[in-house]
Amino acid sequence: MKALRLTLAAVMGGAAMLVAPVMAPMMAPAMAQAPAASGATLDAIRARGTLICGVNTGLAGFAQPDSQGVWRGFDVDYCRAVAVALWNDPNKVRYVPTTAQNRFTALQSGEVDMLARNTTWTLSRDTSLGFDFTGINFYDGQGFMVKTSAGVRTARDLNGATICVQPGTTTEQNLTDWARANRIRFTPVVIERLEEVVGAYVSGRCDAYTTDVSGLASTRSAQPRPADHMILPDVISKEPLGPAVRHGDQRFADLLRWIHFGLVGAEELGITAANVQQAAQTDARPDVQRMLGRSGELGQMLGVDNLWMVNIIRTLGNYGEMFERNLGPIGLQRGPNALWTNGGLQYAPPLR
Amino acid sequence: MSDVTLNAATANPEAAPRTAPVVSTGPVAWLRANLFSSWINTAVSLVLAYLLIRWTIGFIDWAFINAIWTVPVQGNIPQTQACRELEGAGACWAVIGEKHRFILFGTYPYEEHWRPLLVCALFIALYVVSAMRRFWSWVLIPIWIGTLTVIGVLMWGGILGLSYVPQERWGGLPITLILSTFGLAFAFPLAVLVALGRRSKLPAIKMLCVLYVELVRGVPLISLLFMASVMFPLFLPEGMNIDKLLRAQVAITLFAGAYLAEVVRAGLQTLPRGQYEAADALGLSYWYKTGFIILPQALRLVIPPLVNTFIGFFKDTSLVLIIGIFDLLTAGKTAIVEPAWQGFGIEVYVFVGAIYLVFCFAMSKYSQDLERDLNQHRSR
Repeated sequence: MKALRLTLAAVMGGAAMLVAPVMAPMMAPAMAQAPAASGATLDAIRARGTLICGVNTGLAGFAQPDSQGVWRGFDVDYCRAVAVALWNDPNKVRYVPTTAQNRFTALQSGEVDMLARNTTWTLSRDTSLGFDFTGINFYDGQGFMVKTSAGVRTARDLNGATICVQPGTTTEQNLTDWARANRIRFTPVVIERLEEVVGAYVSGRCDAYTTDVSGLASTRSAQPRPADHMILPDVISKEPLGPAVRHGDQRFADLLRWIHFGLVGAEELGITAANVQQAAQTDARPDVQRMLGRSGELGQMLGVDNLWMVNIIRTLGNYGEMFERNLGPIGLQRGPNALWTNGGLQYAPPLR
Repeated sequence: MSDVTLNAATANPEAAPRTAPVVSTGPVAWLRANLFSSWINTAVSLVLAYLLIRWTIGFIDWAFINAIWTVPVQGNIPQTQACRELEGAGACWAVIGEKHRFILFGTYPYEEHWRPLLVCALFIALYVVSAMRRFWSWVLIPIWIGTLTVIGVLMWGGILGLSYVPQERWGGLPITLILSTFGLAFAFPLAVLVALGRRSKLPAIKMLCVLYVELVRGVPLISLLFMASVMFPLFLPEGMNIDKLLRAQVAITLFAGAYLAEVVRAGLQTLPRGQYEAADALGLSYWYKTGFIILPQALRLVIPPLVNTFIGFFKDTSLVLIIGIFDLLTAGKTAIVEPAWQGFGIEVYVFVGAIYLVFCFAMSKYSQDLERDLNQHRSR
């Protein structure tokens, strides 16, 4: 009798353990299709009076609380920009730290209004997870860091090298795919924790360390002598990062999309936090006049104040200023995130 | 040498020179008996003493002598080059100086930090009062309700002129204390009921309790937290959200309840059958029997495993990091994300570890005393 009871209990416990991980991915897409009226989220945000923004739990340069507990970073500035557009107040944001595991549920269930959390725009996330990505605010990709003294100049020189990589994410898969496609042999050293994997690379256990270029840059800047390490120019995967909202939130998605384009456009037009007030009064260029609300009703069309861009740029600066303020200190170059006029990929459709 | 013997002999010519008797008490004798009784013991003792001294000196060097306590700040950016040049030879306690308020209180508004500080003090006072036997009566109930209400008011604010602080800004030590205190305070009564239920003669109640215990024990805490954080919100209608901390709290309580229930059941099993029969013979009802005869004896028997589980859960609360809640350990980890402070993990972990140690050691010490006092009649 006792044996039977124990077996029964063990089977039930086991079943629960098996069912939980299997059900989780099945549930997510099924529940994601919850209908939302096109303006529901925006109206809910206005009624609440604060924006709830899902951010990273801590990633240098993108989202991280400073010593006083104030959230800072590139993604965080996008949350602030939305709050400024809506209420001209960058502090009307509540930040919900989300992990790689619970970020999508947080958005699907409505716990957060938007995600600005280094999330790569992929087809499956756009469709079956039920999100709308509203632009690419950072073009990232997987790269390699090597010691300058090693004499490696391109990734193809890494044939036969030992490469440190973290397991789990797509990083390891990308590395294997790339090596197979380029007929490069390498020995992977797979270490889970960031500090340990960096330690293995620094101590010389691996010849190279691979992860997203933004991560490499912040690791490099934290070394005692950053110049001893170099990031190879090769980028072996595409990781376009951008803010995301739920499917069906068209009006809210429009607002986010045009805030990003407005920030990029402002940099292109040379409008900065310092000169925006001046430009709003005196700059005669029609593009500037429209963007800064002197002519046309662009703000009204998005459902916000016509001075939305003036307020955003005055508080947060243009795209380039946001980039320099947050990502400059961790040693990131503009690279593919330069304006299209400078050979980069950041291009804004016209604000008119 | 010869002079000495000569002098000794002349000083007392009648007594033959004798060696002093072997000391059989005092530290020297203790050392001889326990550490140097044979050549193998002597060798092991010497090797261990050498390692211990080496390690202690190394730690003192690292933690105090070579340590850097402050770093200059240039225009808001701390200059940590001095620390980095040590290359691990000394601790960089400047990271604690800069970040201790973040580690302790997370993203709680900086100028309101006195509120979580007061909350931690209240929690500790609550523990101390509950630990004193002179308060072991019904007065504890109003004390707990009162203190927890004050803690809630302090954390949330929004009344009495305190500004409102939403839950997602809470962090650090208060989160750890809230999760473990509420978790164990609710889990313990639940555990007693479940343990009694599992021994009940009513099949439905018994089945329900067995099902709960085995189901919850069969899943790792991390997957329960995931269920609470990731799946549960999807079952709710859109726009309805149950607080993330509350969801984690419920998951931790349920999990702790299942484990404690088994510990309590072990105590119930140990009691000799005669106790039950004697209580029945006196004509006591089920609740009188359980409340006055069975539980007081059973619980004092299981103090060590109970406290073991308590300590385990106090530390398990750090698993909430996977659902994005900044408890003490997560806040510590987040503090070293900032590029200027990257790589000073050891200092932060030592700091956080010391805080955990204080709480766990206090619990363990108190339980030892309690055990000694309550089980005096059976000490051998």
